[in-house]
Parts: sequence; structure tokens; C-alpha cells
Amino acid sequence: MTTVTAPVGPPRVGPVQLARRILAPVAAMAALFAIWWSIGFLAQPDAPTTLLIGLYDAVGLRGEADAIRAYGIPSIASKLILGVVALLVGVIGVWVVYIGANAAAERLGPDWRRRVLPWVFIGPALLLLGVFLVFPTVSTVGTSLTEGGGLVENFGFVFSDRDTLIALRNNALWLLLATGGSVALGLVIATLVDRVRREALAKTFIFLPLAISMVGAAVIWRFVYAWQPPGQPQIGIANAAWTATGSDPVAWLQVAPLNTFALILIMVWLQTGFAMVILSAAIKGMPWEVIEAARIDGARESQIFFRVVVPMIRGSIITVATTIAIAVLKVFDIVFVTTGGRFETEVVANRMFTEFFRFRNFGHAAALAVVLFVAVVPIMIINVRNLRRQGFGS
Amino acid sequence: MTARVGLTRWERLARAAPVRIAVVMIVALWSLPTVGLLVSSFRPSADIRATGWWEAILHPFEAAQWTVANYANVLGADGMAEAFLNSLIVSIPATAIPITMAAFAAYAFAWMRFPGRGLLFALVVGLLVVPIQMALIPILRLYTQLDLTGTFVGTWLAHAGFGLPLAIFLLFNFISQIPRDLVESAHLDGASHYQIFTRLILPLSIPALASFAIFQFLWVWNDLLVALVYLGTDSSVATMPARLNELVGSKGEAWHVLTAGAFLTMIVPLAVFLGLQRYFVRGLLTGSVKA
Amino acid sequence: MRHRRYWAWTSVLALVLSACANQAPAATSGESTDAEPSAPVAGSEPPTGEGTALERAEAGEFDGTTVEILAQWVEAEADNFEGNLTDFAERTGIDINYEGITDYETVLNVRVEGGNAPDLAQIAQPGLMRSFQEDGALVNLSGFMDVGQLRSDYIESFIDLASVAGDLYGLYYKADLKSIVWYPNEAFTDAGYEVPETWDDLMALTDQIKADGSTPWCMTQEHGDATGWVATDWIEDVLLRTAPIETYDAWVTHEIPFDDPAIANAADIVGEVLFTEGNVYGGSTAINATFVGDAQNPMFAEGGPDCWLHKQAAWIPAFWPADESTDPPTPLFTPGEDSSFFYLPPIDEEFGRPVLGGGDMFVMFNDRPEVQAVLEFLATPEAAQHWIEAGGFVSPNNTVPQEWYSAYPSSGLAEILNEADALRFDASDTMPASVGQGTFWSGMIEWISADGANTEEVLAEIEDSWPAE
Repeated sequence: MTTVTAPVGPPRVGPVQLARRILAPVAAMAALFAIWWSIGFLAQPDAPTTLLIGLYDAVGLRGEADAIRAYGIPSIASKLILGVVALLVGVIGVWVVYIGANAAAERLGPDWRRRVLPWVFIGPALLLLGVFLVFPTVSTVGTSLTEGGGLVENFGFVFSDRDTLIALRNNALWLLLATGGSVALGLVIATLVDRVRREALAKTFIFLPLAISMVGAAVIWRFVYAWQPPGQPQIGIANAAWTATGSDPVAWLQVAPLNTFALILIMVWLQTGFAMVILSAAIKGMPWEVIEAARIDGARESQIFFRVVVPMIRGSIITVATTIAIAVLKVFDIVFVTTGGRFETEVVANRMFTEFFRFRNFGHAAALAVVLFVAVVPIMIINVRNLRRQGFGS
Repeated sequence: MTARVGLTRWERLARAAPVRIAVVMIVALWSLPTVGLLVSSFRPSADIRATGWWEAILHPFEAAQWTVANYANVLGADGMAEAFLNSLIVSIPATAIPITMAAFAAYAFAWMRFPGRGLLFALVVGLLVVPIQMALIPILRLYTQLDLTGTFVGTWLAHAGFGLPLAIFLLFNFISQIPRDLVESAHLDGASHYQIFTRLILPLSIPALASFAIFQFLWVWNDLLVALVYLGTDSSVATMPARLNELVGSKGEAWHVLTAGAFLTMIVPLAVFLGLQRYFVRGLLTGSVKA
Repeated sequence: MRHRRYWAWTSVLALVLSACANQAPAATSGESTDAEPSAPVAGSEPPTGEGTALERAEAGEFDGTTVEILAQWVEAEADNFEGNLTDFAERTGIDINYEGITDYETVLNVRVEGGNAPDLAQIAQPGLMRSFQEDGALVNLSGFMDVGQLRSDYIESFIDLASVAGDLYGLYYKADLKSIVWYPNEAFTDAGYEVPETWDDLMALTDQIKADGSTPWCMTQEHGDATGWVATDWIEDVLLRTAPIETYDAWVTHEIPFDDPAIANAADIVGEVLFTEGNVYGGSTAINATFVGDAQNPMFAEGGPDCWLHKQAAWIPAFWPADESTDPPTPLFTPGEDSSFFYLPPIDEEFGRPVLGGGDMFVMFNDRPEVQAVLEFLATPEAAQHWIEAGGFVSPNNTVPQEWYSAYPSSGLAEILNEADALRFDASDTMPASVGQGTFWSGMIEWISADGANTEEVLAEIEDSWPAE
């Protein structure tokens, strides 16, 4: 049924409407200014104190204000105030900006409105993205080309320095093994768990590591890999199991290249849950009849798995693999906390940090960042193409 | 007709048994490292160095071998209590701030027409890939000039900026799947874009918003690199992962401190994750698998 | 930063004005009854803003200001350092804000980079000081400190090392002696061992301990990003004992290549000690895998020492086993009673009794008068007293009364210093940072991992990594 349409022109302007119309854009400007000013103000260490003093003064509580002037406020209160103000400004303030800008845009004629409104909607996001991602990317590329010894020296360093070459080799290992391992394991577990009754519970356990920070995971596994001299009782699970077979304990994190595999195992432990969840959903989304038909035709389970299931969920497998691959290439925390890149476990992200912070060689650091970026791009392209094929994207 | 239907209950059980056993074993192995951490955090430091934590489990009722001193130490002298507060102060605003902007932007990409829409969206998706390392140096220099280094404000802004691509992507995937007719009829009723957004889209998008909020919260809480670079390790601003990393560097093999510290760092993310698992998983699936 | 500075200057101005108005007399040092030889004379004239910064501070001019100090001393050592400053802080009213972080170097770099540098920072490596100075981040101390006086008060090398092109940029505060070996007193006497006076005696003792069924040496070097420095100390100490002083100096300044035969020889000798089967507790794996602070723990094992000799500087007692149930933890073993040290014996008599040392200096990032005052205070003996008396601190300042060094290990160290023929600075601290704290350290990790099989390659690699001049 056709709906009755309201009049298309702007509604009649009463005094309330007028006030709202003028108030909104003004409020937006005020909010914009407030946001800008508060960024500078809140950055100061005594901002909450000043704020509170001002507040008390404004409402006439001179005594309280003076007390604060003399003794300050406990740091807990200070931080909480900071957080609350941040929420007020960052959420409500931003909303007011949108409301006002939108109100202003709506006063324009329909043509102009259509042109301007989208930019009002995406403006703030674009601004933030520009400042924090676009500008730095360009700048870092520039830094890698100009600072230090310039393009030749910086990238030459990346491809000739012994430690960096080790890092590159390791990243390749990580990429293959961590991604492959997580996806394969995720797939296997997804299939197994599919046939168990307490499925959700089991999945939760496998998935849990993803919620733990990488630092926490690094501590957990440092403990697992702990080494005590032979003859002493072993306190790490890995060596306890190993010595139970009668061998000497192994310093899992110090012996190269065993240690890189040990670290890769941590990553697999973390990422398999993710793979499992995605692939489990994909498996459940498969049409039941095709599998049934294959079973009726007498195919074995393994044949069904490899010839029917896997090709069908190929899209999801690729999605999962590419997402994990990107995370793996960027790995930093795990290596940083367990070995710091020593004992030949270096990876590019960690090396970039070292060059940046310890050696303060920005040309080298930028070059390493660029290499990381360039390595990730083709994987992303595969991911996007895959998503498109599955019917996503604009 | 199929063999399946004709199985007796016992035959079905027997078939399922190996799978069940396999699953139980996998789950047990998977949880072993975490359990080891938890158990050790309640043991005195001398015990941790002397015997494996599994010994403690085998004799669980000897009261002398359990202690909460590690937690007391780590919260007090080692600064974890303050780090907890710092993590909260960093994570909550860093989660809330990008949501508004991402929602507006996602709506615009999904339901508005404007020149350059495709290109800009491709740019946003492309930015998903940019490693944070690319942003470290220039942003640090920028912050130096603006006096924002070592401040919470700088960290909030950085996390908001870094989290926007994922936010826009997730919300876009969700919003673009809202039935076309709903939006069209609202337009026909004379609603403006803003009204459609606030009264129709936003309420419907709450699951997606919740999913992103959880992602972002977990990501910010667990983050080490951004906290290390923009906030620092000064005890008045250090987050829990940064503080834990400090402890690893300075205490080496003081497992009683490290295990307790690590577990404290994990409590909040685990609670958030377990409590809101549904949204978390849904968020993962949106954009990865066509429902 | 700007904000803080603004307030600091305003408060200084306010204090000066109010002080002028009040003409408050200050106590003369003649009245003080404690034996502090160089407490500054705060005259009874009204402070006019002249005089050295320290004098103005003692007169109360900087009351209420804050000075921030960053260093790597934590726990017991942090308490000791803060104990050094308590009286001064109380007298002058300056709020001294001390932050101790173990990997303070990274933090320091970030803060300096971010324009948020602390007022004073402790630095162990002259190379790092020089790189900050090159960036223009440091305040020239010659501008307000009496360098002539410092030159006569301190051991010469400490002033030279802290200077760049004749200007002083660092003030040495704490000296470390590394040429000492710790041993378990009671167990030694019980087993009938004697403190070795020559290298041959030391090697004989090593063999004797092995023959008696135990492991002679404790050595570990895991230390996060700084893993590897312990082995560098070994090589440096042995080099000093097997080659002329000039060789050492030429090695540090790269006048001879890093892999010069003299260094290779030193490495081989060290290898004999570390890599001979059964010499080191836990073997080479333990060396790289175990935290440097835990190295001496086996010496205190209940059934008797599991290792008997630990070459490490005098700060190691702070890491010995302690009772963790109290806060702060109570140490279970006392230096001088449970474990003492002996001087690492000379190898070749021709080269005398050299001593390898290091030190910590303070550099200044922010030029404010109260910061100057604190730094000037740190150059006085009083600023070392508390820590010296607590033990484990040796000041490079010669005006520190010898009587203060009554506590072990300071007394033992003072004795060794007295008998030494030459003092040299830790080479890895003095070399350019990318070598001294970069490839030299990582090279040592590899060398230990390979059980000393790759001495030549490791030394050659380090030589290759030396930055082109």
C-alpha cells in the first residue's frame, strides 16, 4: 500500500524550531571548540585538580576549593575525573557536534544538503583516520627514504644486516607455520567439536586464550618453557614432560631454531580459537544434503572431509588464513616479552622497535616498518578479493 | 535407508567415544598452561622453585602450600593496583570514543550516495592493514610538539584512530544488511538521514556496536606497544600489560610475582569475554562468513 | 612541561621576593655537630639569589620545588639512594621525586625523544651520555659547577669520561668494582680451601673443587635486553691481566681492531674457565638462561654450596635469597659473614694488579636552579653517606672520609682500590653504543651458546659492526 507521505518541504518554523535551528549549529561550534581545548587541557597532569577547583569556586564552595588548593586530590580521584570528563567530551561532545553540523546542513537546499551531509557524517572519522593512519604512513615512507643514510642505506641495511636477515627469515617461518598450524588445527577441532554434545563449552576453552593479552600469554609460556639445570626438579611443563622420558632438560627459549618454533606454538595456541569459531560456523552453514549424498555413495569420512567439506568452505578458510597471516606478520608482544629477539628469534616488528627506541635510528626503523607494510598488502588483497567473491564489499 | 538410522544407542555411543575423548584431551591440553599459571600464583615462591605446580594439585589439601602473599605483593609493591586503574582509564574512553564516529561513517557508506564513496571505503578497508609500526614515529613526533606524550589523552586519541578502520568495517557490514525496504519506507515518510540513523539504524545495530565495543576494549586493554610508546612505563600511567612487561624484565625468574601479575592482568578481559561471548563471536562472524 | 616550568619560575620568584622581605637568618655550619665536612656555609646575610645553587638551596630558596630523578636502582638500592637524599630534601624543602626502573634506558630514550626528559638521570655508559650531548639534550655542567674542584676531588678518569670536548656533562656518583670473586666463607674453611693469590692458584682451586665432587663456578647472565654484559666483564678483566694497559685503551678507542690477538687470547683464557666441562653450574645453557641476579643462589643451597666462586660486582648482595613473606623482604645472608670476596688474581705479574670498574653518572636535562642545587649536592660526600653505611656503595669522590667505609663490602672494595695499580673503565660501557651495548653483548650470547667454539667468528663480527668513523 502506498503510504501517505508527509509534506516534503521544510516544516513551518515556530519559535521553538527557530531556537533549535540556531542553537544546534552554535552548540556544535561550542562543542568543537570544547573538544579542541580539552585535548590540550586534559593532557596536563593537574587538569582534574584545576577543574575541580574551578567547579567548587563556581558553585560557591570556597572552603572545598581552598582545601584542594592546599592538599590536592588523591590520584585515584584525579584519574577517575579525567576518565569521566573524557567520556563526556568524547562521546556527548562528539554527538553534539554531529547534531549541530547536521542541523546546519539541513538548512541548506535539497541539492546542497545531498552534497554536504555525507561529509558531515564521515568527516570526523576521516579526520581521525587521516591524522593517525594516512599521514603517518606517508611520513614513515618518507622517513625511510630520507633520514639516516637515505633510501639506499636504510633498505640496504634491512636486507644485509645479519640480525635483520634473521628476522626476515623468521617472519617467513612464522607466516607459514603459525598460519598453517592455526588454520589446520582450527579446522580439525571445529569438525570434531561439531559432533560433541557440550560443544559450546569446549569451544569456549579453546577460544579463551584469545582474550588473554599477548603479554600474559608470553608469561604463561615462559613458565611452561622454564629451564632448571639437569638434576634439579623441573618446574615448567615442557621440561617436566621431556625429562620424564629420561633426557636432559632443554632450554626451549634459548636453543635456536627450536626457540622460534616454541614461540610459533604460542601464536598457534592463541589463534586457533579464532580459526575454529569461523570455520565452525562455516561448517554448520553447509548444506546437509550434499554430505548425506556423499555418505550414501559410500565415501569414507576422510574423503568426505577433503573432497567435499574443504572445497565448500574454501572462502572461509581463506578469510581466516589471511586474517591470521596479517596478525602473524605483525607479531611483536610475544617475541618482545619472552626473548626480546635474542637467541635468533628476532622478528621484523621487534627489530623495528629496537632500532626505534634503543638505537634511535629512525631511518632503519622506518624502513623496517615499510617492509612490514609491503609484506602485508598482498595478503590483504587476497582477503578482499575473497570477500568480494563471497558477496561482500561495495 | 542410511546406515545411521539403524545404529543402536550403544553403537552410536561407541562411534562418538573416540571423538569425545579426543575433544576432552584437546581441551585439557589447551588449558594446561593457563591452569599452571593460576595454580602457581597461589604458591609461595620457594615452593614454585622447588617443585612443579602439578605436585600442588596432587596434594590439594595441605593448607601451608597455598598463599595469597603473591597477590598482595604484586598489587602493592609492584604497582599492579595502580596499573589496573590506569588500564581502566585508558580502555573505557578508548572504546567509547570511536564508536560514535564509526557509526555515522558506516551509515554514510552504506546508505548515502556521494562521489568518491567507493574509493574512500576502499581506503578505509585498506587502512585495516596498516601496521601500527607505520604510525609510531610520526605520531610520537607530533605528540612531542603538542605535549601529548605520556598523557592519557594522547593514548585515547591514538587508540581511537587505530580502531576506526575495524569499527567502520564491522558496522558497515552490519548496517548494509539491514533490509532495504525499511530504510526506503522511512525515507518516503519524510525522515531525514539523521532521523533514520538515530531512530532506525542505531537501535537495530546494537549487537554490532556491542561486538565492536568488546573487540576494541579487549584490544586496548591487552595492548602493549601503544601503551609503551605513547604512555610510558612511569608507574603513574603504566597500564597492566606495560607493568607486567616491566616485571618480566626486572624480576627474571620471580615466578611468584609474574604468575600473580599475569593473572591479574587477565581477569578483566576474561570476564568481559566470558560474559559477552555471544556478541564477540557474532562480531567475528559478521564480515567473515556470510550468515 | 611548559606548564611546570612556568610554575617553577613563579614560585622561585615568589620565594626570592618573600625571602628578601623577611631576611630570615640561616644556621651557620659551625653549629652543626655531625661530622659532615663539606656542608655548605649558608651565611647569615639575607639570601640575595647569588651564591651557588646549593647555597641558595640550603638557604631555603627552593622550598616547594620539585626535582625529578630517574635511575635504574630498584628495591633495596632505591631505598638506599633515597636515604642519601632525605636530610637534604628536608633541609631545603625541595621535593625530590625518584623513579627507579630497571630498563630505564628505553624509558629515558622515549622521554627525551618526547620532550619530557627527567631533570636528572643516571647513566652508566659514557657512550649514551655522548649521544645525548650530541643531540643537544644535556646541560653543560661546566657552566655552574667548579670543575677545577671536581678534578682534584675525584679520580681523574671519572672527570675525563664524563666530559666532551673539555666541557663536563656528567657527574660521577657511584663507582663499581668488578674485579672481585665472591665465595662462601664457612664452607671454604670447612673444606680447607684458601683464597687464591695468583691465577694458577685460582685454577688449581677450580680443579680441586671439581675433584671434591662439586661445581666451582657460578655464572649467569640473562638480563633482558642487556643479556651478555657479564661475559664482557670477564674478557675485559682478563685482558687487563694479560696485556699492557695501552692495549686495553687502544681496544676501547678502536685503534686496534676488536679481534686483535690480545683479545682473542683473553677470550681463550676465559673460555678455559667457563667452557671446561663441569666448571660452571648448569653449564653454558644456564649461563644464558638464568637471571643474572640468581647466579649466586646455588652457593647458599641447604646441603652446602653447589657452586663456590662468583665473579660479580659488589651490588650482588641485594639479589641474594631473602625471606619474601615480609615487606620489604628480609635478607637471609650477610656480605662479609656468609659470603666475602677476594680480588681476581693477576695472571701475568708484568701487568700488576689492575682493577676493572664502572660507574654511574648523573646527567642534567633541565636547567633550573633547584636542579643545579641537587646536582651540586650529589657532588658532596654527604650525598653518599647513607648508602655507604648501608653497604654496597663506593663513591668516586676522594673527599669521602675513609672511616665511612666500615661496612662490608665497601671496606673490602676500598682496600682493593688502594692496592690497585691501575683502574680502567668497563670497555663495553665506553665503546659506541651500537657495539658496546649491541653487538658485543649479542656476540657474547652467541659465544656462550656455542660453548666457545666460535671465538674468532664472534670477535670478527663485532669488529665488522664497529660504526665507520
